[in-house]
Amino acid sequence: MSVLEVKFVGDGDVLEHIVDKHEAGVQRSAESVQRMVRFRSLAGPQGCRQDAEHHPDENGALNEQTYIQALGTENNEDDEDNPSRMAGSSIFTFQKVHRGNKMAQTASELAQTPGKKVSFSVSADVEPATPTRTGRNHKSEKRTPQRQSKKVQFVSTTPHRLRKRLTAPSLRSDSDSELSPSDSEKEEEEEEEEKEEEWLKEEQKGKKDDKENLRNSQTPNKKLSAALYKTPAKKSKTSAEPLNKPTMTEEYFEAHGSSKVLTSDRTLERLHTPKLDRETLARLLEGKSSCYLKEIQQLQSKHRKHFNKWMMQLQLGFSVLVYGLGSKKALLEDFRESHLSEEIHLVVNGFFPSITLKSVLNALTSEVLELEGSFRTPSDQVQLISQTLKDRPDLHVYMLIHNIDGPMLRGEKTQSALGQLASLPNLHLVASIDHINAPLVWDQFKQSQFNWLWWECVTFQHYTEETSYENSLLVQQSGALALSSLTHVLRSLTPNARGIFKLLVKFQLENKDNHSYSGLSFQDFYQRCREAFLVNSDLTLRTQLTEFKDHKLIRTRKGADGVECLVVAVDTTTLTDFLEKEEDG
Amino acid sequence: MSTSSLSKGCFVFKPSPKKRKKALGLESYFIRVCEGAESSQLRFKLCQDLWDKIKTETEVLQDELNRTVLDSLLEFIRKCSSTRQHDAWASQMRASEIPTAALMLGVNVPDHDMTFQSLSELLRQSVTPLVASIQAKECGALKQLMKKVLEGLMDTEVDDDSDDDEEEEEGREQSQLRRSMHCSLATLCDWYMSKTKKPCGGTLGKKRSSSVINERQPPVVIIFKDLEAFNPRVLQDFILICSRYIQRLPLAFIFGIATSPSTIQRVLPHSVSSLLCIELFQSLSCTRHLTTVFDKLILTPSFPFKLNGRVMQVLMSVFLYHDFSVRNFIKGLQLALLEHFASQPLSVLCCGKEEALRNGARLGPGDLERVRQLPSFGRYVEKQEAQEQDELMIDDNYLKDLCQKLIKDLHKYHKCYYPILRCLHTLTSSLPRYPLGKQIRELHLICLERNVWETEDYQSAMKLLKMMAKDELILLLQRCAEILQTVKMKNDLVRLEELLSRFKQLDAAAETVPNVEENLISPAKNLQKKTDLFQLQKTLLEMNESRRSKKLTPFQALRNEALELIDSLVKSYLSPPESKPLYEACYYSSSAAVRRHLNATPRTSIQAALSSPHLYLQNDSLKTEDGTVSNAAPDICIAYKLHLEGGRLINLCDWLEAYATVVSAAEGNDPNSDSFGKVDEVKHAHFIRAVSELEFLGFIKTTRQKTDHVARLTWGGC
Repeated sequence: MSVLEVKFVGDGDVLEHIVDKHEAGVQRSAESVQRMVRFRSLAGPQGCRQDAEHHPDENGALNEQTYIQALGTENNEDDEDNPSRMAGSSIFTFQKVHRGNKMAQTASELAQTPGKKVSFSVSADVEPATPTRTGRNHKSEKRTPQRQSKKVQFVSTTPHRLRKRLTAPSLRSDSDSELSPSDSEKEEEEEEEEKEEEWLKEEQKGKKDDKENLRNSQTPNKKLSAALYKTPAKKSKTSAEPLNKPTMTEEYFEAHGSSKVLTSDRTLERLHTPKLDRETLARLLEGKSSCYLKEIQQLQSKHRKHFNKWMMQLQLGFSVLVYGLGSKKALLEDFRESHLSEEIHLVVNGFFPSITLKSVLNALTSEVLELEGSFRTPSDQVQLISQTLKDRPDLHVYMLIHNIDGPMLRGEKTQSALGQLASLPNLHLVASIDHINAPLVWDQFKQSQFNWLWWECVTFQHYTEETSYENSLLVQQSGALALSSLTHVLRSLTPNARGIFKLLVKFQLENKDNHSYSGLSFQDFYQRCREAFLVNSDLTLRTQLTEFKDHKLIRTRKGADGVECLVVAVDTTTLTDFLEKEEDG
Repeated sequence: MSTSSLSKGCFVFKPSPKKRKKALGLESYFIRVCEGAESSQLRFKLCQDLWDKIKTETEVLQDELNRTVLDSLLEFIRKCSSTRQHDAWASQMRASEIPTAALMLGVNVPDHDMTFQSLSELLRQSVTPLVASIQAKECGALKQLMKKVLEGLMDTEVDDDSDDDEEEEEGREQSQLRRSMHCSLATLCDWYMSKTKKPCGGTLGKKRSSSVINERQPPVVIIFKDLEAFNPRVLQDFILICSRYIQRLPLAFIFGIATSPSTIQRVLPHSVSSLLCIELFQSLSCTRHLTTVFDKLILTPSFPFKLNGRVMQVLMSVFLYHDFSVRNFIKGLQLALLEHFASQPLSVLCCGKEEALRNGARLGPGDLERVRQLPSFGRYVEKQEAQEQDELMIDDNYLKDLCQKLIKDLHKYHKCYYPILRCLHTLTSSLPRYPLGKQIRELHLICLERNVWETEDYQSAMKLLKMMAKDELILLLQRCAEILQTVKMKNDLVRLEELLSRFKQLDAAAETVPNVEENLISPAKNLQKKTDLFQLQKTLLEMNESRRSKKLTPFQALRNEALELIDSLVKSYLSPPESKPLYEACYYSSSAAVRRHLNATPRTSIQAALSSPHLYLQNDSLKTEDGTVSNAAPDICIAYKLHLEGGRLINLCDWLEAYATVVSAAEGNDPNSDSFGKVDEVKHAHFIRAVSELEFLGFIKTTRQKTDHVARLTWGGC
């Protein structure tokens, strides 16, 4: 068996590469040795048990530790209002492979923990794996036969998984906290026992142990209270982590290695809940006012206190960047109204799907600076803006960008243009980010151009406006907009052109049940059009098609045999509506 | 006007000029932010002054540091232009090669801009007005590159001529002409010819012609700011074209390189690089730059504003682990300065000694109360007599007088701390394995945090020093004496110099008295006999004993004395600032604030908020004992928690059902009833919102791999 070796290179080693070897290295190593000793003594019995096997990995974790320490993460004496200070490791750890019923389990778990109740994870590791327990599980399943039969309609596809899903909530009623995630795992294991060989089972048990260790030792950490960082509890957590590492990395590759993903085949249609369209969705969400309104208000007013500080920092040439969960649009609007109402300012909605750099720059040149002229490239325009602002040093322009990481602004060119603007001394920038990987859009150079000061503003407000442009999978597309635009465009065309389009639409509707349908090839289409006396040469047809393409009515696609195929880029229901309307009119 | 629209993403607000009041200045915002308003104006002034001082100091420093490399670069450019004018045989040989300077800048990319800026300014001032600097991202294709170069060169000309109105217009016309014209080196060449010939025609004033004669043919310098990022093809073509014109156009290149000189070989094939005559220039490494900044700004008593150990550590690690940018380091310093003056009312005392004493005399009752609240002051009070304690707590005037004394003490402490720190660093920085760090900043960090003489590293350093040879030790002590000479630390200096002179006397004495080490030889001889292991061990132990008990040589005694002196100096001067009363006035200590603003972790914050909302929303129902999400949490938190259990793909249907289960439990529905866990419209709607929010945050995305599935974009979690 060939083994691929993955070596963990600690930050210390990397540092040694970068900086002079002795500059930071020596001291650090001394430190880490010391820590290793302490760490051993603090690690619980579980930790010691497997210490020997995973020895090399400890170094990795310790290096990470020193890194975190070096960044001063551990000193939280004045961190009272910033709870997000947990170690990165607790967020970016690997996790076990997906098991089919995991989500349902967690759901039932969550359902079971209203407010303050006993936790599952605590009970999980004290229970020994005894056959009586599984027996009891089965018993309890039998005790609720009517539930199962009620939903028997689903069972056909995934009987086992579903059974578990269904038993979970029902179990809750009679058995208490004894139901733990590991129990059901054991059950699973026992079922697999017949098929699998002994060693495999052993391994799995080991894995499970690991998982339990992790779960158990992570619990204190989950509180995340920054002060906890120094306590022994935290230490034992870090001790548990390296133990898990090898298996977790394996699991990562296990999960990502094959392209096959195992999930249940159930679809939303089976739920018999109708798809909601946008209006109903809005209506339904209106109905129930948001919970924790008071707390959210508190958060908002807490952030509002910093507005003056923001203004001061903006004046000093910094740019303010707010991040954190929740829509920050309202917060920034608040800022704008309270502090910028007497200044020239520009608001950019970065989440707006058709925002472009050009529109931002145009707004700056033509509306803010009142300059005339056309520009060939954005960089020309940026140059002109910076020149004008340099010439008028007492003109201050404030820029407010909601979601500077928005999909249309993410591009390298856009960001560097914005960075150039932000580096101007009398253009002040306030921006927000939401995407978890947002900081990746800036390299070191751009970051220093922007000169960000980061502000954590967790608002917990809904991203109502930001997500309103999104085409969610779950929302029924009404297609009202597409239909009206279709009719409008068509009305402006010649009858022949309309005929051509209708021909294509009809053909597509005829083939709507054919899954391998990839479009109508140009030659075929030409033939049909000729037969209908719509065109007399393929040139006329091509001109016509270009017009359609320009209006984004049709799309060309390369077929399987390399032939160009034409497709109407509107969904079937809209097309049917369209044809009906056309025939009526 | 609202800022949400379906058709527009960009909104401009222009208050009417009448309505626009005089915009609030920086000062008024500072005063609004300040805690303890009474002294805010004074603090603002102090802060501003300090920042200006820091800024100018760093700029001067930057210039100084860059001077050597920039000077040599300038010299290089000058030389290449002058050799061309002489028709020497050697220059004929080189005539077809373009002189090129490869400037190694290091990886601290954000700082490069400043270097290039000063470089091109210097070039314009002293060598040639024709300088164009181009960046890779502006030049995706040869045409753009050419355009940029021409623009850069000709626009500078327009600016140059702007002293004359007529000329300016002409220049504008010209440049506009160029813009519409075809951009090629031939045009540049023609333009250059006309440009250089013009002064000969004598159309310009005297002032100009005299200066131009010296530089009849100023070289045309093109700076490639980031060579690595250029498209190799474009660059190669450009160089090939340029080499054709080198006879007519005195071109010179400067390559800015961040990595290593081998990049040139990688980017350019031999056929192209042979057209260049490359000379390598090494700029100062960023760590050394930082060390100098440290020396000038931080390890000096002349800057009253100080950082405590943790803040320093944060700034240092941002530098070492993240960007190597001195500029960002200064930015951090600026932030700390600002925060300190805004948040600490006693920062009025953070200034030069005289001013601090004056401000100290003017402390109001509120400020004095704040002084009493200071932890460092509390520690000081505890050490006093009971009667004195009472007086300090009650009598304002008495306290004020004491403050004067304490301020003086603090300044004295700073005055002595830095020289002694440097002495200790000189002594220990060359020891094997660097027990106290190789850089002085490491030693400084240790000293800021605890009593350095109590650390193990210090002990081992002292042990090593006790084994040092005479010459080395004398050298080091001499250097220490030099350091002490620059400041007024008379007493210590005298003691040290006395020791040094005794060392020298020892030298003289040693020559007359022959060595006393004969007794050592005899046991050594014993060893040569055949012996068993036990015997050997015994003799060795004896030898060891005898050596230990042996009388110290005069040198050893003197060495010990010297080190004791050093030790006593360290003990009396290098105590951490926390031990000094009133240190809070000068030391900024909130490392968390600095880290949060400079080195933020947005993803951590989002995930923390999702997995434990109770940390942000102060509601008891959100708290759970084991730290998991309670089912009463906001929708998005529940959806997030559930999605963590999914693999690469998540079945929306399962997800929705699981969500419904949780929410019905939260609503307090009877778990046995039929409707429990059923998906109704409202739940569905809430679920949709939560999912689309997660999609917006980048945790999931829609996928077509399977119907009604979403792909998960993160791995791991909890």
